[in-house]
Amino acid sequence: MTVPAPLLAVRELRVQRGGFLVLDISSLTVEEGTILSLIGPNGAGKTTLLQTLACLIKPHGGELSFKGQKVTSDHGLLQYRRKLAMVFQEPLLFDTTVFQNVASGLKIRGMDHSEIENRVKQNLERFGIPHLLDRSARKISGGEAQRVALARAMAIQPEILFLDEPFASLDPPTRESLMEDLEKILRQTNTTTIFATHDRMEALRLSDRIAVMNQGRILQIGPPEEVMNQPGDEFIASFVGVETILTGRAVRKGQGTFMASIDGREVEAVGEVEIGEPVVFCIRPENVTLDVPPRRGATSARNVFPATITRIVPLGLYYKVHLDCGFPLVAYVTGHSLENLSLHEGQLVSASFKATAIHVIRKTLKP
Amino acid sequence: MDLILDGILKAFYLLITLDPEVLGITRLSLQVSGTATLISLFIGISIGTMVALTEFAGRRLVVSLINTGMGLPPVVVGLFVTIFLWRNGPLGFLEILYTPTAMIIAQAVIASPIVMGITLAAIQALPKNLRLQILSLGATRAQMVWILVKEAKLPLLAGVMAGFGGVISEVGASIMVGGNIKGYSRVLTTATVMETSRGNFDIAIALSIILLLLAYFINLVLTHIQQRERPR
Repeated sequence: MTVPAPLLAVRELRVQRGGFLVLDISSLTVEEGTILSLIGPNGAGKTTLLQTLACLIKPHGGELSFKGQKVTSDHGLLQYRRKLAMVFQEPLLFDTTVFQNVASGLKIRGMDHSEIENRVKQNLERFGIPHLLDRSARKISGGEAQRVALARAMAIQPEILFLDEPFASLDPPTRESLMEDLEKILRQTNTTTIFATHDRMEALRLSDRIAVMNQGRILQIGPPEEVMNQPGDEFIASFVGVETILTGRAVRKGQGTFMASIDGREVEAVGEVEIGEPVVFCIRPENVTLDVPPRRGATSARNVFPATITRIVPLGLYYKVHLDCGFPLVAYVTGHSLENLSLHEGQLVSASFKATAIHVIRKTLKP
Repeated sequence: MDLILDGILKAFYLLITLDPEVLGITRLSLQVSGTATLISLFIGISIGTMVALTEFAGRRLVVSLINTGMGLPPVVVGLFVTIFLWRNGPLGFLEILYTPTAMIIAQAVIASPIVMGITLAAIQALPKNLRLQILSLGATRAQMVWILVKEAKLPLLAGVMAGFGGVISEVGASIMVGGNIKGYSRVLTTATVMETSRGNFDIAIALSIILLLLAYFINLVLTHIQQRERPR
């Protein structure tokens, strides 16, 4: 009995440009139905990787296989391209109606007219833009255009979807509502997705796994919490930030606040969520205060936990203190406080942070 | 002043009464230049698109040659087409010198680089990622080229107009390879030259008015295209 091949797998993938190695991926696999985010600064190679994975750029070395079948420029290239879809930062719509745009991938496949019409309508509906059907693609807003571009991609019913910073040129409210819809659609359709972004909050929200890229390489890949909480090196740490990222589930609702269970502890945060909904908490280290000796009893809207100091890392003006409160937590303290409280590794302290200091990310339930 | 006034009056008389000779000349002009433009579309769009989409050694040289070709002097084209079609020339056996066919060939040679240059520029002006977007939608290379040409249709239409405008107003090559034979290879420009040299200003003015109207119509369409909303 062999293990089923991953949907997409690459080995020793290399792309050169102007004599320089711009992409160097020793191995990467993507399982069916998962969402992988590629994060990294501009020029990290995210776009090059996406385009190489979509076989739009010919690599100088390495191999790519889809469902265990090797894809090369003279074998299976078109068949593979017809199973994928890609959305770029710019909508890149054709100079015709919205209908014709969404239909374009299906027409290329020679699908018959009634089926095309169904698929187009279904996808315009999904992205909340059925009213744009007969409009010229030149005369719609940027947010609408990106919705059309996504509908065009999803109309193909791709087995794998590549998204290259599709929200980057949208204003925040537009981006927020589009991201929400897209997340829902990707989960409903169980579409395998690789998503490049330089916004780690987008990545955190959408993905099952995050790959941090720099200078053409994948530095670290893993579940969001792992990458965020245990960055593999300084570059990753500085790029993902050093926030504490906790995942849990809402258990009780209060007045504009709620309690979530995280690794068996209850943490209070501000926001409206449904009971049982999975949430992600981001806590910045500067918002965590330490007290010695450990205090008992919480003040209002304040989370207080007994904690053990696991590690103290000097960071110039600050010290970064890693704590274990039943869940991992990171705090910043000044050199002055460190001396005053005579903090040391293994010490028992109490760590506290305000409910308002928690950045709450709501994770949509997987069906 | 009487000369001009009389000329204009006579010209309108010829136009309004639909003078058969003037009409015939106009019809031949449109036929020859229209056919030549059509041929130049096939040559110009296919080569222009190919050059725009392929990377090869010496590409810069080819692009600069195409751009130079856009301003090819009709007399030079006329000279070389004449030499090729001359009785002892390489294509002399065709025996088509001093026929409308020869004029079509010469005008197609003039219009092709114009269409080619504009096609090249139009395809290159499309967003860089558009090709990748089309391929990622599952297009074959042929489908991609077709979609790109459709996307560039407005500037390509401008290319058609520029090509047609270039050849309908051209005189040098037409007179050299067509011979300005009455009722056979006489077109608007060659007739105007001849009538002017004979002092028949009225007919010359009538022919010029037709040419001007054609030029005006072409520019009207071009302006209309230019003034349309620019694609994002």
